[in-house]
Amino acid sequence: MGMDSLILFSLFALFLPLAGFVVLIFFGNRLPREGDWVATGAVAVSFVLSLIIMFSKLATPDSVTATWAWVQMGNVPVLGGLTIELGILIDNLSSIMLVVVTLISLLVHVYSMGYMQGDSRYGRYFAYLGFFTFSMLGIVITHNLLMMYMFWELVGLSSYLLIGHYYEKKSASNAAIKAFVVNRIGDAGMFIGIMILFVHFATFSFDAIFGAVAAGDLPFASQAWLTAAGVLIFCGAIGKSAQFPLHVWLPDAMEGPTPVSALIHAATMVAAGVFLVARMFPILTADALLVIAYIGAATALLAATVAITQYDIKKVLAWSTISQLGYMILALGVGAYAAGFMHLVTHAAFKAGLFLGSGAVIYAMHAALHKQHDHQTDAQDIRNMGGLRGKMPVTYWTFLIFTLAISGIPLTSGFLSKDEILAGTLAFSTLNGHFLLPLTAFLVAGMTAFYMFRLVILTFHGKPSDKDRLSIIREAPGVMTVPLIVLATLSLFFFYSFNPLGASSGWLYQALERPASVVPEAIGPIAASVLYQAVSSVHTLVMILSIVIAVSGLAFAWLVYEKRSISADKMAAAMGPLYRGSYNKWYFDEMYQAVIVNGTLALTHISNWFDNRIIDGIVNGAATVTQGISKISGWIDYMFIDGLVNFLANFTGAIGMRLRKIQTGKVQNYLVFAVFGFLVIVFFFMAI
Amino acid sequence: MVFPEWLAEPGLNHFLVVSAILFSLGLLAVISRRNIIMVLMGIELILNSANLNFVAFSRYGALSLEGHMIALFVIIIAAAEAAIALAIALNIYNRFGSVDVEQISELKE
Repeated sequence: MGMDSLILFSLFALFLPLAGFVVLIFFGNRLPREGDWVATGAVAVSFVLSLIIMFSKLATPDSVTATWAWVQMGNVPVLGGLTIELGILIDNLSSIMLVVVTLISLLVHVYSMGYMQGDSRYGRYFAYLGFFTFSMLGIVITHNLLMMYMFWELVGLSSYLLIGHYYEKKSASNAAIKAFVVNRIGDAGMFIGIMILFVHFATFSFDAIFGAVAAGDLPFASQAWLTAAGVLIFCGAIGKSAQFPLHVWLPDAMEGPTPVSALIHAATMVAAGVFLVARMFPILTADALLVIAYIGAATALLAATVAITQYDIKKVLAWSTISQLGYMILALGVGAYAAGFMHLVTHAAFKAGLFLGSGAVIYAMHAALHKQHDHQTDAQDIRNMGGLRGKMPVTYWTFLIFTLAISGIPLTSGFLSKDEILAGTLAFSTLNGHFLLPLTAFLVAGMTAFYMFRLVILTFHGKPSDKDRLSIIREAPGVMTVPLIVLATLSLFFFYSFNPLGASSGWLYQALERPASVVPEAIGPIAASVLYQAVSSVHTLVMILSIVIAVSGLAFAWLVYEKRSISADKMAAAMGPLYRGSYNKWYFDEMYQAVIVNGTLALTHISNWFDNRIIDGIVNGAATVTQGISKISGWIDYMFIDGLVNFLANFTGAIGMRLRKIQTGKVQNYLVFAVFGFLVIVFFFMAI
Repeated sequence: MVFPEWLAEPGLNHFLVVSAILFSLGLLAVISRRNIIMVLMGIELILNSANLNFVAFSRYGALSLEGHMIALFVIIIAAAEAAIALAIALNIYNRFGSVDVEQISELKE
């Protein structure tokens, strides 16, 4: 396939969902079924195009770039002539990501036809899904930082719109605002990072920046600036990918419809941060990568500890998403590029599946509760479930496969990618002694298996919380179960590697070859060849360890929740403050509320006081002084100027008042005056 | 009977004095009478005093017959004036219901 048609295809794949959005927004109400088939059709075509793009791209080693001059400026201060380009970059990374995004989006569209049926804003929901898909594809295929930043914000916007889909609920609209605002914090850092690069290189293009750095041209000729730019751009990923310390928005984002959680807050948008780090990988210095690795590890551990104690089915999955994103970030941080990105791909499938499965459960619970006229019971609380296995077999079995995958049990996709991450992390620590990273990673692997099986057992196994309700639970409709089955199939190993125990021989791992670092060797990451050698030396050990850990986590969950041979309550009591901390999400929200929100409020109070007292005081003082001066000048005006004028007027008036008495209107009087006057004149002249 | 010198021979001064008295009486009537008819009569007196002057100057002064002629003109004009003035008086009466000049003070407004 020619390069031109590849670009054309990718443009179509990008703009079709946008076209669907436009059609649905303007004509959605007039279309049959509110136009859901338009949105779904557009994404389906995008998916097919993405598949074609991926297969043709993977067949050749060269990446394809197309650029269009967007803004041309003749003379910019400092930079001189400047052309800002829009452009598309199709390489292995973006073509694989294209397929991931469009596939999950397509499945979520199909699933939503069932899940969102009867919703009052059904058409609008599909429009926003299309808009999100467009924005996400934009992030994926862009060739420059500026476009990436623009689409990054569009993704944030569509996420905001979709989280707030049920905006009548106060919690949903709050969650939407929280997601938006928290993301802004990260994006501010990302923007500064982009600007550091732009101010120095006068370009946004990845290739141009990488090329310049490779040629030894560091931003402001300083290694520290390069590290700073990398870490700041990573701030964007911290926000979008819900990394510690900006992870607080993602659990709240579960207020959105469940398919949205599957698409945006599990599979694609939150993976954008990982994608960003992968894109920027060549210019990340060792220091920047170390920061990234530690943030990823901290996030993975933090989120896993919280996931263990949550009872809301979606919240458990949300925290597990944060934890898995931490894994990916950790993998990229240690330089296990392919492992990290592969985990993004496999995680997209099984986590979207988990969310869609939880959606099916919630859907069935809602239907049953509705029949019982029960509006108090929380349809998302796993304590209200139990024993759903028999009633929802398709959901159960697919959910089980997803759980096995996320827990890293062999024969699943999750095992392949997680195994590589653990190996990469361990290899990294053997090379430079950051042993906390693999320790955390293995611990989290065990915890993941534990909390995921806790979720499965409490939801699908065991005694039902309400026998009557269980009897009327029905399996979700086919339009919802088919996407589950597709995703379950995609969670098996053979899609990614024919060797169930090693990803490195698979096509995906091979396609995701780590790009060469362009930073000077002294501050660059450990060379890929060195790392991969270390990986291969620890690989067998890691494989055995990871299987043992995953299975023991699984078994522990089995003992606690299925066999009940260990009491969960006693364990919680023994843990004491640890349990309470985990249950309350380590009080991050409260802490942010106390420190940042209240701090901001206090600051606004202070500035308000300053405004009221000092600024207004100055203004009011000036006003008072002016008023005083004007009073004096008013008094002068009144007394002297007006006094003179009034005096003249009054004087004239008074004379007039006196003189008017002569004007009697009687002719005889006038005659008297005339005669008298005449006599006066006569006497006057006679006197002369 | 011996007349004082200024009475011995009637001269111009005598006529002028009579005329002045007549003028003053006419003026007094014009100024002080309330009835508009009386005012008109005062005007007639003033006119006649003027006539007397003309005639006197005609007899004793440089004017010869011209004084008589002007006196006749004045008499004619006085007749016309009386006609017009009486018409005005009639209109005033119709307008104000009175011939009292004190009440006719429209000029004031």
